[in-house]
Amino acid sequence: MSDDDHIAEPLPLDAWHRARGARMVPFAGYAMPIQYEGIIAEHAWTREHAGLFDVSHMGQLTLAGEGLDDALEALLPADVKSLAVGRMRYSLLLNESGGIIDDLMLCRWPTKIYMVVNGAVKAGDIAHMRARLPAAITLDHMTERALLALQGPEAFAALARVTTGRWDLSALTFMMGGPYEIDGIDAFITRSGYTGEDGFEISVDAAEVERVADILCAQPEVKPIGLGARDSLRLEAGLPLYGHDLDTNTDPVSADLGFAISKRRRTEGGFPGADRILKYLADGAPTKRVGLALEGRLPAREGAEIFAGDVKVGTVTSGGFAPSVGAPIAMGYVDAAHAAVGTRLEIEVRGKRLAATVAPMPFVPHRYVRKGAA
Amino acid sequence: MTTYFTQDHEWIAVEGDSATVGITDYAQAQLGDVVFVEVPPVGTEVAKGKEAAVVESVKAASDVYAPVSGTVTEANSALEADPALVNTSPEGEGWFFKLKLADAGELEGLMDETAYKAFVAGL
Repeated sequence: MSDDDHIAEPLPLDAWHRARGARMVPFAGYAMPIQYEGIIAEHAWTREHAGLFDVSHMGQLTLAGEGLDDALEALLPADVKSLAVGRMRYSLLLNESGGIIDDLMLCRWPTKIYMVVNGAVKAGDIAHMRARLPAAITLDHMTERALLALQGPEAFAALARVTTGRWDLSALTFMMGGPYEIDGIDAFITRSGYTGEDGFEISVDAAEVERVADILCAQPEVKPIGLGARDSLRLEAGLPLYGHDLDTNTDPVSADLGFAISKRRRTEGGFPGADRILKYLADGAPTKRVGLALEGRLPAREGAEIFAGDVKVGTVTSGGFAPSVGAPIAMGYVDAAHAAVGTRLEIEVRGKRLAATVAPMPFVPHRYVRKGAA
Repeated sequence: MTTYFTQDHEWIAVEGDSATVGITDYAQAQLGDVVFVEVPPVGTEVAKGKEAAVVESVKAASDVYAPVSGTVTEANSALEADPALVNTSPEGEGWFFKLKLADAGELEGLMDETAYKAFVAGL
């Protein structure tokens, strides 16, 4: 395909993807599968059954050392101290003005914190943290690990069949993680993901990931799914994608990620950009990330301008055709005065104005399996 | 009727001074699921090698170029209701538009089917 293909590094499952007919594209510096049989079919399969995604491009880190919780709380707005072993939390690496350097997951291991960061920005994240963490804190980038995501309503049935461990897999509810084995291979499994469906992320040694992928894909519920469907699934789930919907110019409140500022941290502050973020939490931010439902069939893509009458009030940051909705959808930032659900706006695509309405997100309901809600 | 192909993966089937334009099977496979096609309105003057239509797949918008210059005489209205025709029948029911050729000489230099197949095999 393009020349970029040759400069993109292969991931541990590279040959496995190609053998399964994947079309590989460069993404985050790696050659990654964009699709196998087709984005719409793969999207629908994940919503109905279970899709296996290779997300080994993401950075898997562990942090350890005396004073770790305080050290992390100086970089993130999460309540790290209250994070119990086996619990997972979504958080944000923030710069001094409250801009988002990355969004990430934290999970407490008995003596460490396990962190998953975005592939495209992981080198910068690591440099940022290493420069700021005290010498007593060690940060290990586990480049020897691969990461798979198994997502969809049948993900539990498929994974439970091949997993053993001290705890039954059902002990994991949304945003929990623990150590398991898949055919004797050590796997750290969390019940999490980025499709809006129930599902799991599975961290294994890169040398074993092909065997784990084979075992999972041998289950009748499971098919491999590419990046294309991963993007359409997360867009329908209303989940922002770093580098598109989030960047260092966006703050957590504008990004509608206020839930990531833990309650205690709202009172105490002490995280980067706290002054600005706490002010926005109290008074509202000048812009807001919103969902947009488009009329007609023509999708609006990233970069399309949003208008209220003749006045530009925002920009689309992600957009496309939503297979499960059957219509084009988008997310973008609009001025606060135009951010209320139901506000009628227009999006300009190739000189044409498309009618759009600010819509509640997610566009497709989340189906996370939460504790006590069996 | 003679069919010619471009390096941008359009096909043009010519009969006299009229022609039908679409994208090839190779192109639709590369694009993936087509969700919207914007075809030029009747009367549009298109120029060889310039944007004439836009095809939107799930993941991206791509330009479709006019293989030769001419005036659009018909746009395929079936694509409005069923853009996936481009995937299922790219070189049949999934045609994009018809045009009246401005200069049949522009067909010279386009590939025939054998040459196009060899071109695609080399990609």
